[in-house]
Amino acid sequence: MESLVKKFTQSSLALPLVALAVLLLFNAFFVDDFFKIEVMENGNLYGRPIDILYRASSLIILALGMTFVIATGGIDISVGAVVAISSATCCVMLGGNISGIPEHPFFVAILSSLCVGIVAGIWNGTLVAKLKIQAMVATLILMTAGRGIAQLMTDGQIITVYYKPFAYIGGNIPGVMLPTAMIIALAMVLLVLFINKRTSIGLMIQSVGINANAARYAGIKVTAVLFAVYIFSGFCAGTAGLIEGSLIRAADANNAGLNMEMDAILAVTLGGTLMVGGRYYIGGTIIGAITIQTLTTTMYAIGVSSDRLPAVKAIVILLIIVFQSEKFKEMYRNYKLKRLDTQLSVKKEVSNA
Amino acid sequence: MALEDNEYILQMKHIDMFFPGVKALKYVSFNLKKGEIISLMGENGAGKSTLVKVLTGVYHKTNGEITFDGKVIEPTTPLASQQMGISTVYQEVNLCANLSVAENIYIGREPRGAFGRIDWATMQKNASDLLFRELGIDIDVTKELNFYPVAMQQMIAIARAIDTKCKVLILDEPTSSLSDKETERLFKIMRNLKSQGISIIFISHFLEQIYTICDRITVLRDGTYIGEYDIKSLPRIELISKMMGKEVKEGEIESNVDKSVPRENVFLETEHVTVPGKVKDLSMDIKEGEVVGFAGLLGSGRSEIAETLFGTLLKSSGNIYIDGTAVSVKTPMDMMKNRIAFCPEDRKVQGIIGDLSVRENIILALQAKNGMFKHMSRHRQNKLADYYINLLRIKVSDREQLIKNLSGGNQQKVIIARWLATEPNLLILDEPTRGIDVGTKSEIEALAVSLAKEKGMSVVFISGEMGEMVRTCSRVMVIRDHEKITELNDDEISTAHIMQAIAGDYHGKSC
Repeated sequence: MESLVKKFTQSSLALPLVALAVLLLFNAFFVDDFFKIEVMENGNLYGRPIDILYRASSLIILALGMTFVIATGGIDISVGAVVAISSATCCVMLGGNISGIPEHPFFVAILSSLCVGIVAGIWNGTLVAKLKIQAMVATLILMTAGRGIAQLMTDGQIITVYYKPFAYIGGNIPGVMLPTAMIIALAMVLLVLFINKRTSIGLMIQSVGINANAARYAGIKVTAVLFAVYIFSGFCAGTAGLIEGSLIRAADANNAGLNMEMDAILAVTLGGTLMVGGRYYIGGTIIGAITIQTLTTTMYAIGVSSDRLPAVKAIVILLIIVFQSEKFKEMYRNYKLKRLDTQLSVKKEVSNA
Repeated sequence: MALEDNEYILQMKHIDMFFPGVKALKYVSFNLKKGEIISLMGENGAGKSTLVKVLTGVYHKTNGEITFDGKVIEPTTPLASQQMGISTVYQEVNLCANLSVAENIYIGREPRGAFGRIDWATMQKNASDLLFRELGIDIDVTKELNFYPVAMQQMIAIARAIDTKCKVLILDEPTSSLSDKETERLFKIMRNLKSQGISIIFISHFLEQIYTICDRITVLRDGTYIGEYDIKSLPRIELISKMMGKEVKEGEIESNVDKSVPRENVFLETEHVTVPGKVKDLSMDIKEGEVVGFAGLLGSGRSEIAETLFGTLLKSSGNIYIDGTAVSVKTPMDMMKNRIAFCPEDRKVQGIIGDLSVRENIILALQAKNGMFKHMSRHRQNKLADYYINLLRIKVSDREQLIKNLSGGNQQKVIIARWLATEPNLLILDEPTRGIDVGTKSEIEALAVSLAKEKGMSVVFISGEMGEMVRTCSRVMVIRDHEKITELNDDEISTAHIMQAIAGDYHGKSC
């Protein structure tokens, strides 16, 4: 038992998990029926936990891609904009026909969205891996231009899609209990875990993130690894774009995926992956993303108004980050040592007396 | 309180230092007189660097007392000890590569003009004055540090250190990247500083240099204090036996290992290979089971030849043949597939992946060669790692230990293991023994020879230490100005001949 506790506290997932647990505990006490899950009349599951996972889906997907990028020592701040492009693509392909008849078949629209994401990834990959531009600057280009591109595609209009099945992606497929977004996110997580387990891309990514030069001398194709992570990040953004578009059944070039890149980066860091690259933690990232969403849901549940939400969120996240910092851990260790010392000396005095 | 000449400026008494789970220093003492040059000797992992870091406040001692300049001190941070007058120049130059020389010297203490504005003109003038006055160097201080070779950067680091009014100067392996001439210059500077009353702690693996420059030696072994000796009363052989903790005969270290006899087959051949500015018209061959040395001064192009053979440098003309067939090389992977392996010169920058475990570092090249989709099972990885940890006697607590926590010699062994795992036909070792203790050094030398002898592997051995090549190589190619000038075979190979060949006075029997 003791070794199990020790194993847990030393594991990289310990802190993110504890942070999430504290949030959930808070909810358990202060929010009525927080953990209650019901089956609705139409057969769908309903309840706050489901809601959290459902709303966290896009973020989880983006954060998965972001984890690999950050592990190579890079960053991809264009994902929010790519979400906008991807959702615009899908909506444009389906068209805003009020009769609900799509201009192109649904699967073509979906494929185009995913392809657009991949193309965005290739663009970022070219800048970072081939032209060796710093990742922040390279992806800043698409971050700035991306919404413009989405605007061009939609002609500056918000295209509303009346084609019914489009809503299934962000909602529920009739007869399936879980929201589709959750299923997509789960599939992506499984895909990533599979890649992690069955290929050595993880080893390559970490090597590149820790010491790209030495990785090259060990025969790793650094350029190819970098390309791969940006393409995957683009693909993730493309997928999240489908969900985000479907949620509002429209292409909103200005607001789709707005600031999501920052949440994704936050999720990765909350999960314990360092911004300098190297070791990455998929489990941590997922928990990080869920934590962010839980926080938002909790705030709404206890009645914090949406204009005050960012401030409260910032404070909580600040606390989590501080608790995770090396400096804080060191301070805590020193504090514990000191207490041990005083306890020992007290014992000595007692025994002397 | 005025110090008398033979009084100690620095005394470290009974220092204990713990790392989590390990006692790195056990009751270590260290004394430094005013105006003397002392060497801290010990094998890798003996605690030299740890002791220095305790002194400079990077690590904090658990027990013990440090007296400096008559006062008991508690070094807390590098900055604090620097302000007290203890300056350090590390092996790897830790300056900012893309700032100017002047900025590097005065960073953090820039001369200020009106309104706190940085007075650039004064700064530059002071910098060039300082460099010229103290070190006799006349360079453009407005150029970026990067612009200058490593040796010059080291001088600049020293200039910065002595300008902060230091009383104790610590030089940690300053000569490992310097040529003989540059080392000579450094020694002149050190003697000059010594005459000004500055005490110097000089850490180096080069015995020759220790005996040239130092007054006394303090020996550490396994984190314990062995003793302090006057250099005159301690013959080299005794020093080595104290460092290793066993009796060594001079002959044992100098003697020829039974060298490998090359086989008939030529494994690799180059024909007029040229890399603009790096390799000039190189034609040579390497036979199976042969240990070939590349001798030459630092910057002569010996590493560049190795990089060309491995594909990290690309030739612009000429041909490379392997087993008689011409090969095209675009990436290192092409050469790895042709069974060539390369342990690069700079272990820290080009070799280790610091935050990965020993296991991961060992399997890395093989995994890269197999491709990422042929993922080795964890079981196979463990077996492979354990095999090489045993074979090369790598000292690790377990295979999951991070490589950055190993000593230099063990890191080097891991990198060699990484390449042996790919089962190469040609193993290129570029400075495999730099900054490594004597014991590991001879282990690696013996390994190079035995791989050639027993497995018929071809080995390229590159080292700045002539003696090492004399001991291991069946053939030595002498490189000067990016060009092969001559080859020395069998009995011809001696330090004297190599030096003469580099100087251009000896052309070998065969040429």
